[in-house]
Amino acid sequence: MSIYDLDDLYQDVVLDHSRRPRNFRKVEDADRTQEAYNPLCGDQLKLYVVFDGDVISDIAFEGTGCAISKASASMMTESVKGKSIEKAQEIFESFRAMITMDEDVDIDRDELGDLGILEGVSAYPTRIKCATLSWHAMHAALADDEGTVSTEAS
Amino acid sequence: MTVSREQAPSKHRLDVARIRKDFPILSRKVNGVPLVYLDNAATSQKPRSVIQSLVDYYEGYNSNVHRGVHTLSMEATNAMEEARAKVAAFVNAESPDCIIWTRNTTEAINVVAKGWAMQHVKAGDEIVTTGMEHHSNLVPWQQVARERGAKLRFLPVAADGSLDLSEVDSIISARTRLLTVVQMSNSLGTINPVKELAARARAVGATVLVDGAQSVPHMPVDVQDIDCDFLAFSGHKMLGPTGIGALYARHEVLEQMEPMLVGGEMVLEVTYEDATWNDLPMRFEAGTPNIADAIGLGAAIDYLQALGMDQIRGHEIELTRYALDAFKELEEVDVYGPPDPQARGGVVPFHSASVHAHDVGTVLDRRGVAVRTGHHCTMPLMRTLGVAATARASFYIYNTVEEVDVLVDAMKEALRYFSDGAR
Repeated sequence: MSIYDLDDLYQDVVLDHSRRPRNFRKVEDADRTQEAYNPLCGDQLKLYVVFDGDVISDIAFEGTGCAISKASASMMTESVKGKSIEKAQEIFESFRAMITMDEDVDIDRDELGDLGILEGVSAYPTRIKCATLSWHAMHAALADDEGTVSTEAS
Repeated sequence: MTVSREQAPSKHRLDVARIRKDFPILSRKVNGVPLVYLDNAATSQKPRSVIQSLVDYYEGYNSNVHRGVHTLSMEATNAMEEARAKVAAFVNAESPDCIIWTRNTTEAINVVAKGWAMQHVKAGDEIVTTGMEHHSNLVPWQQVARERGAKLRFLPVAADGSLDLSEVDSIISARTRLLTVVQMSNSLGTINPVKELAARARAVGATVLVDGAQSVPHMPVDVQDIDCDFLAFSGHKMLGPTGIGALYARHEVLEQMEPMLVGGEMVLEVTYEDATWNDLPMRFEAGTPNIADAIGLGAAIDYLQALGMDQIRGHEIELTRYALDAFKELEEVDVYGPPDPQARGGVVPFHSASVHAHDVGTVLDRRGVAVRTGHHCTMPLMRTLGVAATARASFYIYNTVEEVDVLVDAMKEALRYFSDGAR
C-alpha cells in the first residue's frame, strides 16, 4: 500500500503553503496581537492584526507548527486580508463549519474559495485542531478577547 | 527474531512469536495494514489472561471487599489482597501493607504530596528533582513549594540526555527535605542512577520518592535495594488495566502520613463527632477500591514474572540498539537520549527539522504504526531540547525488529513526502 492516499489531506496547495507560508512575519505596532496554543502538540502561534477603520489592512503570524497548521494559518491570512471584520468573521464561521462538518451552518463555498482544499482535514479527527488553531486566534483577535487561545478551552 | 513456535521458552530470550499470540489486539489491522504498536510508554496492550481475570471477577465473584461475611465478599477480598501481595513482591516491598492502591502514578505522587509533604515540608526546605520529570512529578511539587514556602531545585539534563551530576553535592544539601526523581525518562529513555541519588539524599536526612511509571514495567525494580521511601507506578503501562496503580511507601513513613481522602473503608471507629483511622494500608484507601482492576494488575504481574524481568529488559535493549542503528541511516533525523542502549529504556524519541512530529504521526498511522507525538508531558524538557514536539517509539515484550523496520521505512517515506519538490 502507498501512503499517497494521504494526498487528500496534504494537497499540493497545502504543502506549498506549509513550505512557504504567506504573511509569516512579525508586525511591529500591530493593533492587536493574539497568542494561540495547542497543548496536545506544543504548537504555538502569534497572530498580528492591523486595521484601517473596519477593514483588516494587514494580518501576519509567527510560530511553530505542523504542515496542516502552518498551511491553514497561511491561507487564513490570505483569505481575510483586505476584508471587513464582519466579513472575516463570516469566513471564520464557514471554515469552522466545513472542518468540523457542522451541518447546522450554511457554508458559503464561494466565499471559502481555495480554503475548500483543507476540507480533507475533516476526515482526520486528530488533526482538526491543527487546522483551526490560527482561525480561533483570528476570531479572538477580531473580537478583542483577552487571554491566550487554546485548542483545549471551551 | 527466528524462534520456532514449538521451542520451549528460553531462559535468555523472549519467545516473541508466542507472546504475540497472547495479545488479541496485535492481530488487528489499522488502515488496512497490520498494527505496529510502538506507543508502549503511553500504555501497554493487555494479554488475554489479564482480560480474562476481569471477566472471571465480574462473572464469578463480583462483590465488595473487607465487609460482609458472605462467600463472594470473602473471595473478592482474598483475590484483591493476593494481588496486593503480588505487587509488593514484584518491587520487593517489605510487606503488602506498604502498597496503597491508586488510580495511577499521578495519583500516587499526589498522595505523597498531600499526605506527607504538606505536613513535613517546612518553609526554607528544598525539594530536589530533575529537569526531565513528567508533569506528574513536577506540578504537585510546585504546589507544595508554593504553599509551604519551600524551594524547588533541579538536577539539570546534560546534552546526551543523562543527568548532569556535576553540581549534585551543592544541589542535594542539608536543606533538602525531599528528593523526587524519575527512574526512567518517558521522553528520553534515560535510566537515572536512583540508588546513588537516594544514598546521597539519605546522607543528608532527606526523604526519597522514585517515579517508577516507566521503569517498573520494563526492568527489575527493588525498593529495598534502591532504599527509597516511596515508589509510584501505574498498572496500565505493565500489561494491567487502566485505572489501577500503586504507591509503595516505607512502613514508618506511612505511619507519619495523613490520608488524602476520608470517608468509608478507611475508618476504624466512627461516632457522630469523630473518627479514628483504620490500619494500614486501608487508611489510605477511602471508599470502595478498584477491585477488578487490582486483580487484573495481579494477573499482569504473573505474566511478566513468568517471562522474567531480566529477559524483558534484555529484549528491549536489543530492540533499542537495533532502532538506534537504523535511525543512524537517516541523516535528517535527530534521535534523543543516551546513545548507549544499556543506559536507557526502550524509548526512542526522534525529530526531523523538515517534518513536524504531528505530520510524522499521521503518515506513520497510515502504515499502521502507532507512535506518540507531541511534548510527552515534559514541556520544560522539550524547551531545553529546543523542539516543540518529537515523535516517540517505545517498545515492549511483543515488539520485533521487523516492526522497527516498518517504523524506519515509514519515516523514510514521510521525509520523502514532505521534502521540497518531491511531488
